[in-house]
Formats: sequence, C-alpha cells, structure tokens
Amino acid sequence: MTGISATPAVHGHGLATGEPVVRARSLVKRFGDITAVDGVDFTIRSGEAFGFLGRNGAGKTSTMRMIGCVSPPSDGRLTVLGMDPVREGASVRARLGVCPQEDNLDLELTARQNLTTYARYFRITRAEARRRADDLLRFVQLDDRAASKVEPLSGGMKRRLTIARALINDPEIVLLDEPTTGLDPQARHLVWERLFQLKQRGITLVLTTHYMEEAEQLCDRLVIMDGGRIVAQDAPRALIDAHCTKEVVELRFAAEDHESCADKLVGIGSHVEVLPDRLLLYTDDGDAIVPTVYERGLRPSGVLVRRSGLEDVFLHLTGRTLVEA
Amino acid sequence: MAHPSVAVLEYHLAGYRRVWLSTVASSLAMPILFFIGMGLAVGSFVDRGGALPVPYLQYIAPGLIAFAGLQIAVGEGGFPVLTNFKWQKVYDSMAAAPLRVGDMILGRLGYIAIRVMVAAIAFLVVMLAFGTVGSVLAVVTPVVVALVGVASAAPMFALAASVNSANAMAVISRIGVLPMMLFSGVFFPVEQLPAFVRPVAYVLPLWNGVELCRATTLAMTTTWPAFVHVAVLVAWAAGGFWLAWSRFRKRLGS
Repeated sequence: MTGISATPAVHGHGLATGEPVVRARSLVKRFGDITAVDGVDFTIRSGEAFGFLGRNGAGKTSTMRMIGCVSPPSDGRLTVLGMDPVREGASVRARLGVCPQEDNLDLELTARQNLTTYARYFRITRAEARRRADDLLRFVQLDDRAASKVEPLSGGMKRRLTIARALINDPEIVLLDEPTTGLDPQARHLVWERLFQLKQRGITLVLTTHYMEEAEQLCDRLVIMDGGRIVAQDAPRALIDAHCTKEVVELRFAAEDHESCADKLVGIGSHVEVLPDRLLLYTDDGDAIVPTVYERGLRPSGVLVRRSGLEDVFLHLTGRTLVEA
Repeated sequence: MAHPSVAVLEYHLAGYRRVWLSTVASSLAMPILFFIGMGLAVGSFVDRGGALPVPYLQYIAPGLIAFAGLQIAVGEGGFPVLTNFKWQKVYDSMAAAPLRVGDMILGRLGYIAIRVMVAAIAFLVVMLAFGTVGSVLAVVTPVVVALVGVASAAPMFALAASVNSANAMAVISRIGVLPMMLFSGVFFPVEQLPAFVRPVAYVLPLWNGVELCRATTLAMTTTWPAFVHVAVLVAWAAGGFWLAWSRFRKRLGS
C-alpha cells in the first residue's frame, strides 16, 4: 500500500492501464414490473474515469449498485475485476471503494472513528487503520476535524469524509454515485480537485452524475443513459463533435411564443431546439448568425453565444434537458 | 486476522463507549426502584401469606434481572436496527464492504450480549446490596441474562428489518414486552396463571431466563432441567438469527 499522501505516487496495483475491469453485456435490473436498467453494454478499463450521465431515474444508481455487488443483476452478464459479483461479491467488494449518493456515515462517531471502524471491515489492523485514517483525513482536508463528531460537519465535509472512507482499503475501483449533488460550488470544486488527483494516481473512477460540467471535467469516457438504456457512449469531446455543432446561440424572448419564434429561425444554423425558457440555435459560428436573427425581425431579450457541450448532446439524443428546469 | 463479525462488534462498541456509563447508571437505578417499590413495599404484604419459599424481594430480584436483559435487548435490537436500515443507512455502508449479512447480525448480537452483561453486573451489585443473592453460582447470572438478551434480540432484528416505521416498532415492543413481563413468572409463579395461558409462558424466552436466574442466584430448583431452559433460549436465538438473516438479505439485496 503506497498510501494516499500529498505527493503524487504511482499506484501500487498490478493492473495494467487499459485492462477491462468492469464488463457488462445486456445487463438488466428489474424491480417488480419496473425495468430500471434495460439491457446495457459497456466496458470500463483500468485507470480511466468512466461516467454515467443521465437524469434522475435513468438507471445510473441501479447500474452502480450492480457493479458494487450489492444488487444482483436480473439478467445479462456482469464481471467486476474478472469476478462474478453475485458469487464472489465479498472478494470484489474488498477491492472496491464506494461513495453512495446519500452519505451513510455514523453521525455519532468522530470523523476518524468513521474511518477506523470501517477499515476493520477490510481486515486492516488497528494500527494500520489509524495510519490510513490520518493520511486520508489530510487528503480530504479534514485533519483538523478528525476528533469532531460527524453530525455538525457541513455537507461538503461529510461528502469528503465519505470519499475518504471509500479509499480506506486502497481500492482499485472507486464508485461515486453523484459525488457532488447537493454541494455548493466551492465544496463541489474541492471534491473535483480530489477526484482528479485520484485519477492521476491511476485509480479507476466510475461515477454517475447529472452535471454536465462534472462529466466533461472528470470523465475520460462516458455513457449517456435515458430510461434504463445507453443512448451513446464515447469520450466527452467525441460525443460533442459527433452530435453537435461547435457553437450554440441561446435566445431568450420576453413573453413571446417560442414556437412561432422558432418557425422564423428555420434555415439559420443547423437546427433549433425549443426549451420552456429559451431557444437553442445550433451552428458552427454563433457570432456570424446572430445578425440574421435580427434581420428576420426577432427581438430577443437575451443572446448568448457559447460552445456546445454534453448538455446539448443529451438534449439532442433524448429530447430533454439533463437537469429539470 | 479477526473474523469480520468482530469488526462489526468493534464498530458497535465504539458507539457504546460513549454512552456506557449512563447505561450503567440506569441499570443501577431500575433495580433500586423496583426493589423498594415492589420488593419491600408489596413484599411486606406478600410475605405475610408465606406462600413463597423465599421472601418476595428475593423472589422477584432474579425475575427482574432477566427482564432487564430482555428489555435492553428489545430496545437495542429493535429501533436502532430500523434506524440503521432506513435513516442512518449503516447497513448499506456495511453491505458495500466485504461483510456478509451474517457478520452484520453476529456483530450486533455480540454487542448486545456485552451491553446486557454489563447491565446485569450492575444489577447484580444492587442485588448483593439488598441481600438477595444466596448462591455463589450468581457469578454466572450475567451470562444467563446475556443469553436471554440474544434470544430476544435476534427475533427483534428480523422484525426491525421487516418494518418501515418507528410506530410499528413501538407497538410491537409494547404488546410484546409488557405481557411477557407480567406472565413470565417475574412477580409470581406461572402456576398462578390460568392453565391455558401457562404453555405460552413456557415457550417465551423470559420465563426460561427467569427460571435459570432463580437457580443461579438463589439455588432454587428449576421447573425443567436447566439444560432444557438453556435449549429453549438457544432455539430462540438460532431461530431469530435465521429469520433475521433472511429478512436482512431481502432488505439489502434489492
């Protein structure tokens, strides 16, 4: 164990980078009549940061729980670290780190106790558990709160502590279910920074998110999920290039019928998306076409030219926005 | 390397370490109140009749120590387990580690056994002070009480893993614990009960525990051979464990 220290270190696991560590084929998860995951295929390779992007209820968490060996697949095939998550669940879990969507820390124990007691589940000796706990508390910048109870800690601190707990067994794969949902921007950036450091150390990160920014910044590759299915998978940039124009012009209109405005925009750019609060005009050169909008007699109250992103890919593929407006 | 259930036990003890002194304080207060109110006051009437082989205070003390074990076990095996499933999601965090459901249950049963044993030792000190101990065998009483605790906690685990509200938990604790206290020979011999009720007492963990505690603290002979009483308690523990195991698996494995 090289330990999580402040200095970047080559990770001590024997896995060659790029080796498949999670392999899903026609994977299905049903809860009664509801099919949460509807036949998905993906391969996660060691050392990469792999994302599941989608709205709430898209099947991301169910997929993560199957990878985490806590929820048996209803159908299809899944291997994690070359093992069967149902028959060899405990052996797989010994090599995973899990950061669930909701923090499930013990609020009555101290930050350090949360780590040391959890370490023992992985058959780590008491002395080693204390050493790792102190290292990890430093890593997530909670060393000054080591002896305080968890209950009064802020949401961002609890999240970082949960991430530290997920690292206690020096895992090869870390599963992060919506790691920054509910955090304020500053807390979110601190988490991203730490996750980025883990990635640089060669730890495989698997995360779900409905934040486009998170997916773009952290993920080497990602799948877009909608209604239990994977609708696209690739590197973020490749997805944007494949499904979108380079730029987007966002047009806002004060109290006007968006549909009729959209009709007047036909022929400008490659296509138009109508959202409840704005119109999106896709084009490779935004600044060049804005004058045309005015020439057609439209008077938008707001005009914004931006680069296209995963949000646009998602909208294009599913017809819906990623985050409910 | 220690068994994973020991790691779960350590986790529960980490929480217990914070509160154990106050639990000991209440374990001292409860028998003092009962001994004065029931044992001495009510006892002054009961003892006039001379129907019992020992003074009333001595008669109820072993019953109450067994009941204290039951009460703690039902408390620790019920609501906190539901909390660990539903609100604190402690079991989710354990399930993500290389622990098995059996480890989670064994670890908490071990904790409850220790928790009950500590309370029983405190209780025993009060019994000594009130002069209700008449046998050196009394030293094994905490172990007997711990067995009563495990026998009652295991089925409570199963129940806590099956319900979804604190209300359901409270209702069942109430309708289970109070009748058991009244009809398990704590305050009067079960022979005083109507014949058709008696068999109910015989199969309940508390009566079997009370019989054993009277044997260890007063050297009274048990209704059945001691090993039969022990076997009933072990059966409750084993049956409860099996039930809890299947309920935990169902709840965690969705």
